[in-house]
Amino acid sequence: MPCVEFRNIAKQYGRVTVLDELDLTVEDGEFLVLLGPSGCGKTTLLNLLAGLIETTAGTITIDGRDVTEADPKDRGLAMVFQSYALYPTKTVRGNLRFGLSSQKLDKAEVDRRVAWAAKLLQIEPLLDRKPGQLSGGQRQRVAIGRALVKNVGVFLFDEPLSNLDAKLRTEMRLEIKRLHNELHQTIVYVTHDQIEAMTMATRIAVMDGGVIQQIGTPDEIYETPANLFVAQFIGAPAMNMLKGTLKVAGDRVTAQLDEVGAELDLSGHAFASAPENGAPIVAGLRPEHFSVGQTAESEATSFALPVRYTEKTGGDATAFLNTKSDNGLLAVRVDPALVAALESGGDLAVSFPASRINLFDARSGQRM
Amino acid sequence: MTEIVASNPEVREFKSYPPKPRKLTGSSIAILVFLTMCAAFVAIPLYVIIVTSLKDMAQIRFGDIFSLPEVWTLEPWRVAWDEVCSGVTCEGVKIGFFNSIMILIPSLILSIGLSAVTGYALALWNVKWAGTFLFILFTAAFVPFQIIMIPLIIMSGIIKVYGTVWGVAIVHAVLAMPLLTLIFRNYYKDIPSEIMNAAIMDSGSFWKIFGEIILPMSGNIMIVVLILQITSIWNDFLIGLTFGGIGTKPMTVILANSVITSRGEVTYNVDMAAALLTAIPPLLIYFVLGKFFVQGITAGAIKG
Repeated sequence: MPCVEFRNIAKQYGRVTVLDELDLTVEDGEFLVLLGPSGCGKTTLLNLLAGLIETTAGTITIDGRDVTEADPKDRGLAMVFQSYALYPTKTVRGNLRFGLSSQKLDKAEVDRRVAWAAKLLQIEPLLDRKPGQLSGGQRQRVAIGRALVKNVGVFLFDEPLSNLDAKLRTEMRLEIKRLHNELHQTIVYVTHDQIEAMTMATRIAVMDGGVIQQIGTPDEIYETPANLFVAQFIGAPAMNMLKGTLKVAGDRVTAQLDEVGAELDLSGHAFASAPENGAPIVAGLRPEHFSVGQTAESEATSFALPVRYTEKTGGDATAFLNTKSDNGLLAVRVDPALVAALESGGDLAVSFPASRINLFDARSGQRM
Repeated sequence: MTEIVASNPEVREFKSYPPKPRKLTGSSIAILVFLTMCAAFVAIPLYVIIVTSLKDMAQIRFGDIFSLPEVWTLEPWRVAWDEVCSGVTCEGVKIGFFNSIMILIPSLILSIGLSAVTGYALALWNVKWAGTFLFILFTAAFVPFQIIMIPLIIMSGIIKVYGTVWGVAIVHAVLAMPLLTLIFRNYYKDIPSEIMNAAIMDSGSFWKIFGEIILPMSGNIMIVVLILQITSIWNDFLIGLTFGGIGTKPMTVILANSVITSRGEVTYNVDMAAALLTAIPPLLIYFVLGKFFVQGITAGAIKG
């Protein structure tokens, strides 16, 4: 049974259209991440669901109930905000209790829920402190606790980790994932951080310009991006994009990639529609799929390019190669042990397996 | 090896730096002179009032207003508090003091309560025509009281509060509303919208959010408004004179009457003492709450 459903949603501010004809279904118990760059409409979509802003058109249903016109408190939702939004004059206990103020519960039940959430999040020793006396990570736990006590089916997270430092972010990521595994509530989580999306989501909806570009599991999004935007947005360093032109000669399909000076054999590629001779394409190659040196694999494309510079981040290293176009760069993941041997200006021979190529139509930007 | 000890502040020894010499420049002298003149402008008359109130009439008749009392006496203060005549009653300004308190408390509650809720609604809730309403309210702040005084008296007569403490309180609340509402609205505008959103999702109740979340966050601004209102209500003369009944004249009105109605010799020392007695309450409030007043004015952001 679908838990949250957006149908034909539109949102306009005056004459500016943020969202239009948007449909999205979130299944029960799913951890859906809305991922996209700033201003793509992901937070607007979340606020529409929360009822904090009104829709211009369309309907939103939660558990089969139309909540488009319902008050935020009556929608059966709990939300965690980016700035935690704790009430500064209330203690942690007071904050958790206020979370229950719209539900008419007796005192014993309120206390039981507060104790349960505090134990789950390990914030019991902090219950009588004020938010000002807590660290960032503790505040975030309290904010999550205030959502948990409500005991609702759907949780909304609005970039909850962006105010934390890198180490805490990793910890809280695991924590949220653990809570989802234990409680199985439906979660809609907004972020612009692809690592958060890749690590936590059961499904990711990539948004840009108010449109959902692709929706799928993290693996689907990463391995088979639906269009150029998704391909470039997901992955760090970003996927290499090389322009080329298709050549169809009988069964044999090839593409000449001028930027690297190599010919791509695409005969084995599963095209979505019949390849058309002379069609402009963009070939997407992920940095980590390159192997250094020549390979015996016949399906691989090999070429050699001069190194511009290298980047080492602890266990990983990336070499950036000059392509033949102006200022073009090709990122290649290399073994960190190799970096010392690479010198700027020297040629590096790399090869790329044909099976890993992502092919896009340069005109529509869609996957081929 | 890395020297870890060096970064430990308890072990590390800090160099001591000589204090920088403070220079007295031309501009700082000019500022000092200007400030001294400003202070003297208020301080010299105040000095005259205080010493006069402590002299006896024999010395005052000589006319040297700056001299210190030859005989220090508190008698004028006693007379001013207990015996001075205002009109036909001769019971001192103490009647006015209690009347002023009776007026002050309901006026404070009414004016601050009304403005705080209006400011809260305008700043944090989606009120239709909020901008227009604010504009009208702000325009109203520039209308002189004297212009609307007579219609107001007729209106207060119709709702049967003319001549009562509540009549005075309502007029104070209405007249203070434009300024106070603006102050509250601007203060509440700085409350992070996410806190408000969280409260709307948690409770959704206008009054519960105001009482439990917003009001406890208003400490600073409440003190500012409290000082403003206590001073203006206590020092008010015209509203008290026109709207107060016979038994509800505030201290300022009693004071004016008693100064005007002296018969025969003008008892300057008693007049001065009565004036000082009337001025003391707002002064006391400044001394007690002044520190918070400055904090409240400068407090901008509220950190959650």
